[in-house]
Amino acid sequence: MQARKKYVLLGLCACCWLLLFYWGGGVQLRLLKLLGRQRGEVVHLWPDWTDRALLPGYAQLDELQTGLGSAESPRQRHQAWTGIYKDSRCRMETCFDFTRCRRRGRDGFRVYVYPSEKGEHVSESYRKILTSIGESRYYTTDPREACLFVLGIDTLDRDQLSGQFVTNLDDRIKGYPLWNDGRNHLIFNLYSGTWPNYTEDLGFNIGQAILAKASLNTEHFRPGFDVSIPLFSKDHPQKGGERGWLVRNTVPPRRKYLLMFKGKRYLTGIGSDTRNALHHIHNGKDIVSLTTCRHGKDWEKHKDARCDHDNLEYERFDYQELLHNSTFCLVPRGRRLGSFRFLESLQAACIPVLLSNGWELPFSDVIQWNQAVIEGDERLLLQVPSTVRAVGNERVMALRQRTQMLWEAYFSSVDKIVLTTLEIIKDRVFSHVSRNKYMWNALPGGLLVLPEYSTHLAHFPFYYLSLGVSSGQEFTAIIHAISPLVSQSQPIMKLLQVVSKSKYCSQIIILWNSEKPLPHRSKWPPMPVPLTVTDGRRKTSSRFLPNMAIETEAVLSLDEDTVLLTSEVNFAFLVWRSFPERIVGYPPRSHFWDPVKLAWGYTSKWTNEYSIVLTGAAFYHRYYHYLFSHYLPPSLRAMVDRTSNCEDILMNFLVSSVTHLPPIKVAQRKQYKELPSPQVRPHPSMVNLTNELPIPEGTKMSAPWANPEHFTQRQECVNSFTSWFGYMPLVHSQFRLDPVLFKDQVSVLRKKYKDLERA
Amino acid sequence: MKEGVLFRQHQLNLPYYITVFDRCTISRRHGSVTKKCGYEIISCCLLYTTLYSGVGRLSMCASGKYSSRGPALIPRMKTKHRIYYITLFSVVLLGLIATGMFQFWPHSIESTADWSLDRRSVHDTPLVQLPISSPIPERGDLSCRMHTCFDVYRCGYNPKNRIKVYIYPLQRFVDELGVPISSTGLSREYNDLLSAISDSDFYTDDVTRACLFVPSIDVLNQNSLRIRETAQALALLPRWDKGMNHLLFNMLPGGPPDYSTALDVPRDRALLAGGGFSTWTYRQGYDVSIPVYSPLSADVELPEKQPGPRRYFILSSQTAIHREYRAELERLKEENGEALLLLDKCTNLSQGAASARKRCYKGQVFDYPQILQESSFCVVLRGARLGQATLSDVLQAGCIPVILADSYILPFSEVLDWKRASVVIPEEKLPEMYTILKSIPHRQVEEMQRQTRWFWDAYFSSMKAIGMTVLQIINDRIYPYAARTYEQWNNPPVVKWSSVNSPLFLPLIPPRSPGFTAVVLTYDRIESLFRVITEISKVPSLAKLLVVWNNQNKSPPEESLWPKIAVPLKVVRTKENKLSNRFFPYDEIETEAVLAIDDDIIMLTSDELQFGYEVWREFPDRLVGYPGRLHLWDHEMGKWKYESEWTNEVSMVLTGAAFYHKYFNYLYTYKMPGDIKNWVDAHMNCEDIAMNFLVANITGKAPIKVTPRKKFKCPECTAIDGLSLDQTHMVERSECINKFASVFGTMPLKVVEHRADPVLYKDDFPEKLKSFPNIGSL
Repeated sequence: MQARKKYVLLGLCACCWLLLFYWGGGVQLRLLKLLGRQRGEVVHLWPDWTDRALLPGYAQLDELQTGLGSAESPRQRHQAWTGIYKDSRCRMETCFDFTRCRRRGRDGFRVYVYPSEKGEHVSESYRKILTSIGESRYYTTDPREACLFVLGIDTLDRDQLSGQFVTNLDDRIKGYPLWNDGRNHLIFNLYSGTWPNYTEDLGFNIGQAILAKASLNTEHFRPGFDVSIPLFSKDHPQKGGERGWLVRNTVPPRRKYLLMFKGKRYLTGIGSDTRNALHHIHNGKDIVSLTTCRHGKDWEKHKDARCDHDNLEYERFDYQELLHNSTFCLVPRGRRLGSFRFLESLQAACIPVLLSNGWELPFSDVIQWNQAVIEGDERLLLQVPSTVRAVGNERVMALRQRTQMLWEAYFSSVDKIVLTTLEIIKDRVFSHVSRNKYMWNALPGGLLVLPEYSTHLAHFPFYYLSLGVSSGQEFTAIIHAISPLVSQSQPIMKLLQVVSKSKYCSQIIILWNSEKPLPHRSKWPPMPVPLTVTDGRRKTSSRFLPNMAIETEAVLSLDEDTVLLTSEVNFAFLVWRSFPERIVGYPPRSHFWDPVKLAWGYTSKWTNEYSIVLTGAAFYHRYYHYLFSHYLPPSLRAMVDRTSNCEDILMNFLVSSVTHLPPIKVAQRKQYKELPSPQVRPHPSMVNLTNELPIPEGTKMSAPWANPEHFTQRQECVNSFTSWFGYMPLVHSQFRLDPVLFKDQVSVLRKKYKDLERA
Repeated sequence: MKEGVLFRQHQLNLPYYITVFDRCTISRRHGSVTKKCGYEIISCCLLYTTLYSGVGRLSMCASGKYSSRGPALIPRMKTKHRIYYITLFSVVLLGLIATGMFQFWPHSIESTADWSLDRRSVHDTPLVQLPISSPIPERGDLSCRMHTCFDVYRCGYNPKNRIKVYIYPLQRFVDELGVPISSTGLSREYNDLLSAISDSDFYTDDVTRACLFVPSIDVLNQNSLRIRETAQALALLPRWDKGMNHLLFNMLPGGPPDYSTALDVPRDRALLAGGGFSTWTYRQGYDVSIPVYSPLSADVELPEKQPGPRRYFILSSQTAIHREYRAELERLKEENGEALLLLDKCTNLSQGAASARKRCYKGQVFDYPQILQESSFCVVLRGARLGQATLSDVLQAGCIPVILADSYILPFSEVLDWKRASVVIPEEKLPEMYTILKSIPHRQVEEMQRQTRWFWDAYFSSMKAIGMTVLQIINDRIYPYAARTYEQWNNPPVVKWSSVNSPLFLPLIPPRSPGFTAVVLTYDRIESLFRVITEISKVPSLAKLLVVWNNQNKSPPEESLWPKIAVPLKVVRTKENKLSNRFFPYDEIETEAVLAIDDDIIMLTSDELQFGYEVWREFPDRLVGYPGRLHLWDHEMGKWKYESEWTNEVSMVLTGAAFYHKYFNYLYTYKMPGDIKNWVDAHMNCEDIAMNFLVANITGKAPIKVTPRKKFKCPECTAIDGLSLDQTHMVERSECINKFASVFGTMPLKVVEHRADPVLYKDDFPEKLKSFPNIGSL
């Protein structure tokens, strides 16, 4: 009995306890909260006012919508502005004459360079800048059609103590009839000011001219008007330029040293605050920060206790070696804000850590620098080690690859620096037909993305993956016809049938480049897809004209005598869809370096690798048509037209320079015939076998490529293209892509592309 | 307040609980108790009941020896039991008290805040009188930048890389005559903004730890301010210090007649988040340009509309357009007709809130802002001010703004790429507007429509969104190495979800020289392992061989027994027999390229392996392997199926023999989503499928199968795998695919129909001249 009551009581208590928990409203939760936070640390939040709902709006709807209409006429205002906002307050709206750039696109943006006067001395760097402009597609010799003017007088070095300093600039400039207070002028400058203050003053009145200057300070920078350019040395290459030093993405991405600096220590004067403190972070292990006092003539006068020791330590390390072996590189300001070190570490894939307060970074209008560098603060130097240590491996890899991307896209040559400057200004002038930030910052870089073609990202082959869209489902075939239409059995008819049968083919365009006039419509066979015939005006380069009729992203370029099967076409198209930014085609060729002639060679013999895919039968994105006609200089296209040759090589150069990758060769049914006489080949030493385009039986042997001269021309082409690009963009590849079951020992019935295996 | 104190003071004292209980009941009787109190009452009463009976019992028990006639419930008991009972009850009682304590303690804290601090009226805030001679700050310095006018030391270095923001408590400022400095006082919008900041991670109430200070003086609308007095009030703030690190929010700057483009209140070095900056007043990298908030959006809900062509091409809905511009627009309409719709204020409606929601065209009345959804492009012209609230309405409607306001700094232009969401046309080019807009491709128009709505959702929709964006921008400046990327700011969620940003994005073909490291996973098939090692060692580009010894029960054979090979051979002994050991990023792997190979793959020739390495060099971000597999959608079952037959397509390559970048080892070991890694280890299967999923997901690219199909294992060991074994195997593998697809939330694998062969493979060409002659032999 007693026991029962005991249990009843206990049960009752337990019940109460449970009920308490149940109604208590998360006692446990509160307990946790209480333990987690000290009583004094109650956060005082912004109060929840009782009359919150009664608070007035910050403005009446009426006030927001109607505003108080301004009586000032827009035209008057514009005029008033141009009076007020000039010189140091210049903006495009007030200091730039847009009427000079009336015509649309490239024609509207012409750059005129003043002829240099006799006996005028121009520095090496400025000569390179002028050459770049002269060779660019915007150059004009007629000042009347120019939108932008560039001085012939060297304004790069405005340090009075320098040997390059040009005196009485003011008077000389005023003498120019077109000067017009600097309107629409572009002035390049690398150095300004001099010891001890290094002011931004150029020593002459630039008026309303646009300044493209290195080491620009944000305070003096006129946003949307000036352009900040990088400081480059006089040895900076004119064209092409070295590639970045990153050749592989090692994992983990850390290098031997975490952070390095090797340079001068300023004991006095501007910039000494930062430079004098750098030695503090040196730890001799993973952070190497070496300074020397030994610079200038009278360094020993100012030298302090550290100097001798530091100078010794300084000699122990090699700058180049440190660049190669360091993950991060300190880029502190010197006397001026920018330094050579910046481009050096960018090229070396050593992630720059900037300590240069107030520096307007190069091309800051368009480049997202925080994806490639670490922006530090001079005031927080001592935090730099812990900051860079905290950067994760993934980010190091991303930063490092981006340094390379930016280096190769905008900085590796004077040409690129100058062109980027011009393109930035052009984007401002035609702001509604300009590149967006993504185009500037993603591969392949803004210079290769022409906004006149499109401002829509999905119209370019480079952004499919990052936009999450897939490449087009159909292609347009363009057939290059040169022989007159005589019979219904000639190769082009066969080709038309084959191509039109492909389920991916949406239209066929025949580019008529024959001496005979366009044949009548009825001469062409009926087609399941639309057929267009256009006149190529007998120009070889016309096959890559940006034809408005091309509606699909993929283009299949064909020679009239190409022999293909529908399944071959289908297979190649599917491969192209996986590699939309490359050329995907059949007959391969290769280039090689000829050490005897010290020139590039071109070969059509069968080799184990290739770097060119002939565009007589190849898929590529239609954007390359546009690049071919608008990015390449007229001189190269003229060369192609003159010789009726090399257009395919030029296209391969172009695409490889954009992608940095080789083209892709796909399987082709073997139907080759040996060429009749070995002696027509230019190099008898070469293997006799060749895989030139198949020659259908009955075709006379006067095909242009059978001519030995034709081959020599192609050798020459390779070399002259290389010199225009400034480097050899072609890349070798060792594989071709075949259907998965190609020539496998398995039933033919299983194979989707069985036709390809038939001999 | 008092009650709280009471609770806290006497929690441990029993009789006071009862007192408390009494108070509760009393207050309930008066019917003036809030919900919270009611809540407590129940627990109070319960506690009381328990306590009461307990105490009663206790006293009964204690007095038991004096009186034998207790309540019927109380049993009579022996003395030896009594002690036991007393202890028992004491324990129960103590427990109850403790529970009650925790029940009430935190409550008391919350109630302090709730009742005494939070539930106040704006009008109860302290009144501050400004002396007439109170100092006035200097006018803003146009040369201010973060490194000159901002005290970065206050922000310090912290692992979260997040600034701390302090909000001054609300005060009402009046001048000496008692006239308030602002006609509205605290506005609803500014209050929303401040409470959003206070709710965010940026907030701190500790003024000494703050990096950024936000005054509670509302300066959103300059029209309602008395400029001189507002400036004096700012200077009175306890931490003002020349405006260092102070942030002011202003949406309507300037006033008639000249409407300056930045707040006219002198503010020393304070940062300004302003609407309607022009390029002359905006201090790039210091100020933040913000939108003019449109209160309409809070009332009107516009459902998101699918991108596509709309009824009108261009719509102008603003009411205060300068007559010169209106004349231009009329001319455009004459030329292009119905495609344009020019709306104006309704003349027949009375002024007020209703008229703000209507627009008229020749007597026809339209609802605003709903009508905005009917047009592809909407004109946003400058008015007296540069910033227009219309911009916000237009974005909400998914209409692409056509902005004609020279020198205007677009909202958040520091981080947002407006070229993807708007068309900016110089005012001079207004007559060309139609042609310019017509030249934009359809697909781009659709993308821009989606982008506008995303901008509105993320950055414009509420004062909270605006405030958070401003703080994030300032945060990114102070911790630039942790800043959000362009993609994070600008890509709408749908793009973020489907887009791929490969970690190895740079097009590089690494040099051949460092070669590759072969990683052989083995358990106990020593003979076969040695054969594999001997075969691989013939490959010219092999740099090192790593044997992962996965057998804990058995030691690897002695060193002398291993095959003698030219490259270093290392054996790693693992702690557990797990499949993921094969993908561990061992420090011993010093090359970029890794060849994963099973210990029974003995049929691969050295030509085939060397060729595979060469192909990998051209595709360093892909899996390059020999045996190819495919995934298929099984329509009958409604799920994925694994296929190893001789198909024409490939979507996976098996890592029994595959080259890949060492980086993927890191990803597999540390970044594999969900529980896939453990799942694979537990099931002892599918590690190769998981790797294929991982690589395809992060690069968006298909693997590359190299060389023809062939037998990989020794011919004599095939008989062991029976048909049934094979079938369960296939079922398991199919399950893996389904499991991984659900973890990844998508099917990342890509199907291709090609494989890589040497250029001259099976070509009619002398074998001895081919680089890789021995390929495809079975």
